[in-house]
Amino acid sequence: MTNGWIDIKNTDMMLIMGGNPAENHPCGFKWVIEAKKTRNAKLIVVDPRFTRTAAISDLFLQIRAGSDIAFLGGLINYALQNNRIAKDYLLHYSSAALLVNEGFKLPEDGFYSGFDPASQSYDRTTWNYAVGNTSGKPVAAPTGPPGHLPTPFPVPLMPEKVAYDLTLQHPLCIFQLLKRQYSRYTPEMVERITGIPKEQFLKAADLFTSGRKDGDMKKVATVIYAVGWTQHTSGTQIIRTAAILQLLLGNVGRAGGGVNALRGHSNIQGATDMAGVFDSLPGYLKVPVPGDTDFKTYIERITPLTVKPAGWESFNYYSNTPKFAVSFLKAMYGPSATKENDWAFHYLPKVDRNFAWTQIWDNMFRGSVKGMFAFGMNGVAIGPDSQKNIEALKKADWLVVGEIYPDETSEFWKSPGITTEEMTQINTTVYRLPAAGFAEKDGTFVNSARWLQWKNVALPLPGEAKLDQEILATIFLKVRELYKKEGGKFPDPILNAWWPYTVPHNPSLAELAKEINGKALADLTDPKTAQVIKAGQQLPGFSWLKADGTTLSGNWLYCGSWTEAGAMTQRRGTDDPSGLGLYPNWAWSWPANRRGMYNRASCDLEGKPWDPSRPQVWWDEGKQAWVGNDVPDFKADSPPKDHMGPFIMNQEGLGRLFAWLNDGPFPEQSCGQKTQDRSRQVRRSRRRLQRHLHHLQTHRALSLLDKEQPDERAAHSRSLRRDSGGTGERVGHQGQ
Amino acid sequence: MNGSRRDFLKVSALSGVGLTLLGFDLAPAYAQLRELKMARASETRSTCPYCSVSCGVIIYTIGDKAKNVTPQVIHVEGDPDHPINRGTLCPKGASLEQDIMNPRRLMKPQVRRPGSDHWEDIPWSQAYDEIARWTKKTRDASFIEKDAQGRTINRCEGIAWTGGCTDTNEFNYLVVKTMRSLGLTYIENQARV
Repeated sequence: MTNGWIDIKNTDMMLIMGGNPAENHPCGFKWVIEAKKTRNAKLIVVDPRFTRTAAISDLFLQIRAGSDIAFLGGLINYALQNNRIAKDYLLHYSSAALLVNEGFKLPEDGFYSGFDPASQSYDRTTWNYAVGNTSGKPVAAPTGPPGHLPTPFPVPLMPEKVAYDLTLQHPLCIFQLLKRQYSRYTPEMVERITGIPKEQFLKAADLFTSGRKDGDMKKVATVIYAVGWTQHTSGTQIIRTAAILQLLLGNVGRAGGGVNALRGHSNIQGATDMAGVFDSLPGYLKVPVPGDTDFKTYIERITPLTVKPAGWESFNYYSNTPKFAVSFLKAMYGPSATKENDWAFHYLPKVDRNFAWTQIWDNMFRGSVKGMFAFGMNGVAIGPDSQKNIEALKKADWLVVGEIYPDETSEFWKSPGITTEEMTQINTTVYRLPAAGFAEKDGTFVNSARWLQWKNVALPLPGEAKLDQEILATIFLKVRELYKKEGGKFPDPILNAWWPYTVPHNPSLAELAKEINGKALADLTDPKTAQVIKAGQQLPGFSWLKADGTTLSGNWLYCGSWTEAGAMTQRRGTDDPSGLGLYPNWAWSWPANRRGMYNRASCDLEGKPWDPSRPQVWWDEGKQAWVGNDVPDFKADSPPKDHMGPFIMNQEGLGRLFAWLNDGPFPEQSCGQKTQDRSRQVRRSRRRLQRHLHHLQTHRALSLLDKEQPDERAAHSRSLRRDSGGTGERVGHQGQ
Repeated sequence: MNGSRRDFLKVSALSGVGLTLLGFDLAPAYAQLRELKMARASETRSTCPYCSVSCGVIIYTIGDKAKNVTPQVIHVEGDPDHPINRGTLCPKGASLEQDIMNPRRLMKPQVRRPGSDHWEDIPWSQAYDEIARWTKKTRDASFIEKDAQGRTINRCEGIAWTGGCTDTNEFNYLVVKTMRSLGLTYIENQARV
């Protein structure tokens, strides 16, 4: 979430799509109700199903699954055509005024410029900002979401100075391109693709954009979504469409606004932050690729350089990437990571292709993945194809499951349909290790609002169960022993992984949390304030991180969560002085305990809140600093007259209406993988149906024996029960 | 919340004192009656492990400080101080007690041997030794130091890690430290799925 759960109460308008929080996040959903009650906020729900969230909406639109971009694109078009946009915000905080290269072409014939049929991908050279008047030399500039892998055609180098047109009239300015791109998304087209009647769509479009009538900037709308968006092959583009819409309306960075992912489970956000996925390192650092022949090459590739219109400023916070990367390697390899050995850079494996979830199972199925650890993850029961995962596990040599309950993954070898005879053919060794439940371990979860909350141990482990970290640490140390004794392939990273824990085979989560926060390895002095951090002390925040090996931090994003003052994640202050629901002293929120991201954008160009009744941060002329109820998400001493962009994590400092995704700089409704797979799916489901009918027929034969129960459904359930040794009579009765 | 549960108990006890006017003292009986199991339970603040709202919960345990007594969770309820859920829990969260104290919990390490149709118990030490042996064997067999162009990749392609959504941040960090050091790139999590 750019904002947070409680912040929903500050909104005037809600669009919930691809999520059903009334049922799936009930205690967070109370803030939706709160907004409706206290602010008379309106709720629009767009979903293929009439859900419980839809049941309390002011407007429910039933959408054809997979047509989300068509709907959102229609909203963008409506806002542009009816002048329901945040003009100043758009002009100064987004990339609307920037000009794009002359060779760029919109997909009016189905393709953007640069399509290469041979590789079925885009050469993105023309998808670039045009060079501005002063010093137009291009700068090496990786863009796109963190962790993006090399593609046949890399992202183009962006010019250091970008051309722009503040009148927004130039035919190649992003605003005009956006307007042209979405001019095709008429209410008629929306109706045709989404199945939402034109009148209903227009009603929703009018309602959602009503806050920007007559150029008013006070009202705020929020977009809330969940896996109904993300679990599409075009998921990223759906969310980008929402982001464009919210930038157009000037809703990002504001209380009650933003683009808010509900996330699914208790620590999905944390697992993403901590690089639970193959293509990132903690704190969204990009993974090294084979082309990164040394640390310098890696750092140059992943550190973005500033790109901006001449005369504007950009903080480009990711220019600090070298500090984050070196501090991470120091946490990983401690004294073994030195300047001389490139901070042990080559201890990290290099990634050159997709190693994601489906690839794991595919390659296990094909025989190259031989062993698997599954900790708290039931791979057979989730994901698109359980049967394939079972077949894959049959081919593995070994599987180690750390769980608290028996699950389908650990028992794949006796899953339904496998006979005892067949089991003799399955040669996988499976270890099932009893691990700790949530109440038996401490540590932090991160919720959707980016809050890190420490939980405490409530009771000891049952039976012989052990803490997850003890199991993992012991296995690792045993492997290390083997490499020490016997040698083997490249043992260096295993032997040199920094292991400073008091009980080596059972590191406490508190120790790990402190390491994640980071500490000073030498005395550090802040040149401005003369504040000194002694060697060995916990760092107060990521601004202290250094690229010279004098700091370590397991995840720069969490730096500040466990300082010398103790665990910020354990704080329980219930004060909320601003009334905005920020609760600055409750637990800790990344980054830097900031509750609302991009909050500089909540102010106008002079640094005054767009809505004085919901002040988040503001420019204090006397102090010459940004101050406020929340921690400013900005360079604290950059005066408004410097025109620094509020989106400090982007090179331009501007919200990107135009971005470098593989399939296009603007999202486009397309049939996507889903429809391509449709025919295959139809065939498969037809086969399934046939099997099911066959099953029913078999059981109908049984049901004929029982004249009292002609109902097929009851007979089916009864015979199932009979198979499992129950009494058919009773179940059959219940079946009615 | 105005007045804690203990205040309520005190008031109840006092009203018992009033009854001595009847000629017999009911106070001890009332006191005993009001000595709820909950009153001597330990309260532990925790976080619900289900959805991403991360509601604050209070776990009430008894027997956790006594010797020779199996600690029991007797109740789980929403934390009234928590700014988001404010004491409420959804039906799933309200049943957390059954997640913690559950007869289906795994109690011992087990192994299923190749070709076998059943689980066997295995001592922890043996399980660790065998897993470490497997890990080394598979890593050594599948480790690639250089790619076709001779560039260093130091990757182990034979082992995968799949993590869950209730793994803590600290544990996930340990996963990065150990698994990346082993050279794994097949590292995935519920965060992807």
